[in-house]
Amino acid sequence: MTMEQNQYETVIYDEKHRVATITLNRPSAYNAFTPQMNKEIIETLKRADRNEEIRSIVITGQGNAFCAGEDLGSVDHETNHATLLRERYHPMINMMKKVTKPIVAAVNGTAAGAGMSLALAADFRLVHRETKFISAFMGIGLVPDSGFMYMLPRLIGYAKALEIAVLGIPISGEEAKKIGLATKVIEKDEWAEQVQSFSQSLAQMPTTAFSLIKRYMMDGMHTPFTDALEQEAQAQRIAGMSKDHQEGLRAFKEKREPVYTGN
Amino acid sequence: MNKREFITYCIEDGVGIIQLNRPEVLNALNRKMVEVIVEQVEAFDADETVRVIVIKGDKKAFAAGADIEEMIGDTPLSFELLDPFAVWDRLMDVKKPMVAAVNGFALGGGFELALHCDLIVAAEDAQFGFPEVNLGVMPGAGGTQFLTETMGHRKALEWIWLGEPMDAEEAKRYGVVNRVVAPELLEEETMRLAKRLAKQAPIALRLIKEAVHQAKDLPLADGMKLERKNFYLAFDSQDQKEGMRAFVEKRSPSFKGV
Repeated sequence: MTMEQNQYETVIYDEKHRVATITLNRPSAYNAFTPQMNKEIIETLKRADRNEEIRSIVITGQGNAFCAGEDLGSVDHETNHATLLRERYHPMINMMKKVTKPIVAAVNGTAAGAGMSLALAADFRLVHRETKFISAFMGIGLVPDSGFMYMLPRLIGYAKALEIAVLGIPISGEEAKKIGLATKVIEKDEWAEQVQSFSQSLAQMPTTAFSLIKRYMMDGMHTPFTDALEQEAQAQRIAGMSKDHQEGLRAFKEKREPVYTGN
Repeated sequence: MNKREFITYCIEDGVGIIQLNRPEVLNALNRKMVEVIVEQVEAFDADETVRVIVIKGDKKAFAAGADIEEMIGDTPLSFELLDPFAVWDRLMDVKKPMVAAVNGFALGGGFELALHCDLIVAAEDAQFGFPEVNLGVMPGAGGTQFLTETMGHRKALEWIWLGEPMDAEEAKRYGVVNRVVAPELLEEETMRLAKRLAKQAPIALRLIKEAVHQAKDLPLADGMKLERKNFYLAFDSQDQKEGMRAFVEKRSPSFKGV
């Protein structure tokens, strides 16, 4: 899809080799969120999730930043922050969770505030050496939002999450890798190919099995043990009925690489 | 699979299954449909080969409310003369265990149909709610009574007043549903539960159902007496003899329902 055909104002949507890429596209504002962008992220996530051809999703930023969070230009003393979150950010973060396919945040620069929250809501984070995660919230007297306080301690543990939330020290790409926040540090000159190849490798996995892991593992961290065991049994029953499982078994017995179709 | 207007039904391993079948309106219930459901439930209740009754929707929804167009022109007197909700009361006379399998929407009358069942198995994507208040009315087929009984009056008021749907986890937290299962496995898990019930001693299940349902209506002393009478009554069944003999002989019982 060329830029001319792009039907969105604030994002670019592209599909290639079973990977959908959503590029936040307000580079002059460091891709800060606007109400329109929140909406278009939801729309494009839905579109990618519905399209059976698509088996993984990348979210990245146009230009030098990933996403600077809420556009503070429109925030003033009359802003009701709770309303703003409920109406604009919660639907977006809920959609990130609802999407059944793997979402990769290709964090191509600074991810600040709710922009960092968006990256945290993704299933994987790819970074390069100039990537920065900044919890900018405390810097303006606010608390982290849009799922940040839920996700970060689950991803990297409470003590480090608290440091990041409170001290506001930027986390570099390498640091992010070290603390388990990022999956991979990519050299800048290999960025586009490596993001694509990582996402394509996800797109070749047994998609049903992935979606079940995503559905149960995160929330499993606060599910009572016996309930979590039952969820695993049900998830395994569903995965066990998938064609990909049969293919996996066959490939194992035939000593070859499996070819998964996502069914 | 047998077909009647608005439903299909069949019997599988002692489980009588009713599937709501008005997919074009997400199984919204009209008066005729409720009648057909009640009749089929009663037919299963009388059928010796059926031990447990399951009510389920289709892939998309359990039942998304009632037919609004059907009642838009109603008056108090037309309601009084027709008394369209009275048919629901017959569900309370059913003696066999009733299990609802709920996925997608169970709204208004759909939620009430689920609440009329003894047990509810909900898919993770199930949404329960009473949106009647948004139309300037209220539940009319037991919603205020059944929900209050399970959630307590404060939570029931909040839900029925606001008319917002509650998800399966929330419903489970307040005891409105028994189990929450993966949507893909709703049918399988419901049948697993129903078939387990179908292996239990039918007379015991029946006497237990009566005693438990009476617990909310009877003063404690009367409830205790009813329980005791039902306990004694169970000793008239062959299943009681089989159950106790099997226990002593350290084997699994085989219950016949007599």
